[in-house]
Amino acid sequence: MNEQPQKNGVLVDVDGVEKVFHRGSEDIHVLSDLHLKVPQGEFLALMGPSGSGKSTLLNLIGGLDRPTRGSVSIAGEHVNELSDRQLAAWRARHIGFVFQLYNLLPVLTAERNVELPLLLTHLSKAERKQHVATALGVVGLSHRTKHHPRQLSGGEQQRVGIARAIVTDPTLLLCDEPTGDLDRKAGDEILDLLQALNRQHGKTIIMVTHDPHASARAGRTVYLNKGQLSDEPVK
Amino acid sequence: MKFFHLIWCNLKRRKLRTLLTLASVFVAFLLYGLLCTVKEAFTAGVSMAGADRLVVRHKVSLIMTLPVAYKARMEQIPGVAAASHFTWFNGIYKNEPKNFFGSFPVEPEHFLAMFPEYSLPEAQKQAWLKTRIGAVIGRSLSERKEFKWKIGDRVQLRSPIWPRKGDQPWEFEIVGILDAGKKNVDTSGFYFRYDYFDEGRAYGEGLVGWYAVRVKDPDHAPEVAKAIDAEFANSPSETKAETEGAFMQGFAQQIGDIGTILVAILSAVFFTILLVAGNTMAQSVRERTEEFGVLKAIGFTNERALAMVLAESCLLASLGGLAGLGLAWLIAAGGSPVPSMLPVFYFPTKALVIGVALVFALGIVAGILPALTAMRLRIADALRRQAA
Ligand SMILES: Nc1ncnc2c1ncn2[C@@H]1O[C@H](COP(=O)(O)OP(=O)(O)OP(=O)(O)O)[C@@H](O)[C@H]1O
Ligand SMILES: [Mg+2]
Repeated sequence: MNEQPQKNGVLVDVDGVEKVFHRGSEDIHVLSDLHLKVPQGEFLALMGPSGSGKSTLLNLIGGLDRPTRGSVSIAGEHVNELSDRQLAAWRARHIGFVFQLYNLLPVLTAERNVELPLLLTHLSKAERKQHVATALGVVGLSHRTKHHPRQLSGGEQQRVGIARAIVTDPTLLLCDEPTGDLDRKAGDEILDLLQALNRQHGKTIIMVTHDPHASARAGRTVYLNKGQLSDEPVK
Repeated sequence: MKFFHLIWCNLKRRKLRTLLTLASVFVAFLLYGLLCTVKEAFTAGVSMAGADRLVVRHKVSLIMTLPVAYKARMEQIPGVAAASHFTWFNGIYKNEPKNFFGSFPVEPEHFLAMFPEYSLPEAQKQAWLKTRIGAVIGRSLSERKEFKWKIGDRVQLRSPIWPRKGDQPWEFEIVGILDAGKKNVDTSGFYFRYDYFDEGRAYGEGLVGWYAVRVKDPDHAPEVAKAIDAEFANSPSETKAETEGAFMQGFAQQIGDIGTILVAILSAVFFTILLVAGNTMAQSVRERTEEFGVLKAIGFTNERALAMVLAESCLLASLGGLAGLGLAWLIAAGGSPVPSMLPVFYFPTKALVIGVALVFALGIVAGILPALTAMRLRIADALRRQAA
């Protein structure tokens, strides 16, 4: 099946991707002929002005949306060729998402939120419990497992969000402005955590951010402007 | 089922809204259960009617009497197997008209042979044949709490229609209890011996109320009915013969076409409840647009999103609906609130099964549109909602 990515082999290969949205009769060209290669184990920051298409690009990489043209392959799998059902299973297996607004289910406790992706696996109840405990341990929230999101601070909620993203040990972690709604201190803690996941656990991470302070933690930063990527910020 | 917790928690999200919806579904199915029970009570006579029996009454009115001698003449008519007569006695116990129950002088052997749906132990039958003032009563009458009658009890009744000579009360001794094989057979009657009645009454000797006639072949019942009416045409007491089913139906229709009324009420109730439950589910799914986006991002398929909403909707419907049906069943099992008027009172199994099917139909119909919405939701759009 998939060729197993080599260490420092290319994990994410975005090749000539174009994305056009249709709003009424109007076509919005968001990405055009965009290329991006992300090696295994990299921590990449993606910056760019609001509306430049950062979230759009992240969605294409994570298989939440399909490109208008071009291809996205992750670990050798051509994501845009999968059916909806295959894509869902693929996401469950390979992608962990972290959202700006945490997007926890308010009706579930922290541990139940973290357990959600595991419900789609064949793990037993005991195994799920064990994985959840491990993930919550990694993000430093072992003491708040029974709390509901509204009983947690923003930083804590985001850590639950990260625990949910890593509990299945995904190939790739995609974070859309993970510190966008947090103050500096809480944001720093989240960045510490992402950095540790990258360095100690070898997770490949792509993080969208507006904050230069955040992108400084990444190994590399790319800038999106007018549908194209560059290694330099646009003045 | 590992997704149950998630579905359950979503129902608890808006407790008040869920409770109100549950309450309306509950009331709707309680009402359904009770109305089915009442409908069964009103139409029990029709469904217990024997296909091979005719009712022969006075042509003018049910309350006018016929000569007892008609029995022998009817049994001469081709196609008639047997005839047995009844008279409306209207016995009243302790001068208390609300203690009402049906009471009839009959000829024991003919009566029991005519109505095989009733069973009476042989010893009690023999006692009835031996005891001139003997009476047998239906099981449900014997269980009425105002009376608590048992075999050996002496009972005095007065009849406003048939006074006894010397204006004495009629004396009876209970010698047997009639059981019915099936639930929808009326066992609220009080039956006593015609010979005792005929000799004791102050007037009207030789007159009876109506006849039950068994035909040899149910397929020829209409022809036999015509032959009976022809036999007594141009006599002082002309008859009207009809099948038992038609007779009972006519009786039920005097109370109104209950079936149609009930169906109309229930349709309105179910339509309302569908809107209530559908609205609850639609709101609930709309509020959770981003959550469905997240679930799908995590790897939930579109079909799973659909199934989850339907499961939630069915859970909502079944919690309220099954509780309502359950309570209706309990109430029906508690017995008739007006045993004198509705002696047959139970929640028919068929209606219960239909009720359970309706519960799940409600769950699916109320949930299908929101479920399709959740299924079709595109992840990128769902997640953009909140950012905007
Ligand atoms: N589903 C959609 N339908 C129509 N237009 C869309 C859709 N998604 C994105 N767009 C448009 O595409 C452009 C890029 O949007 P995107 O959300 O990717 O920007 P972004 O770089 O993430 O911005 P921000 O920094 O504000 O999050 C915007 O002009 C947006 O209006
Ligand atoms: Mg964005």
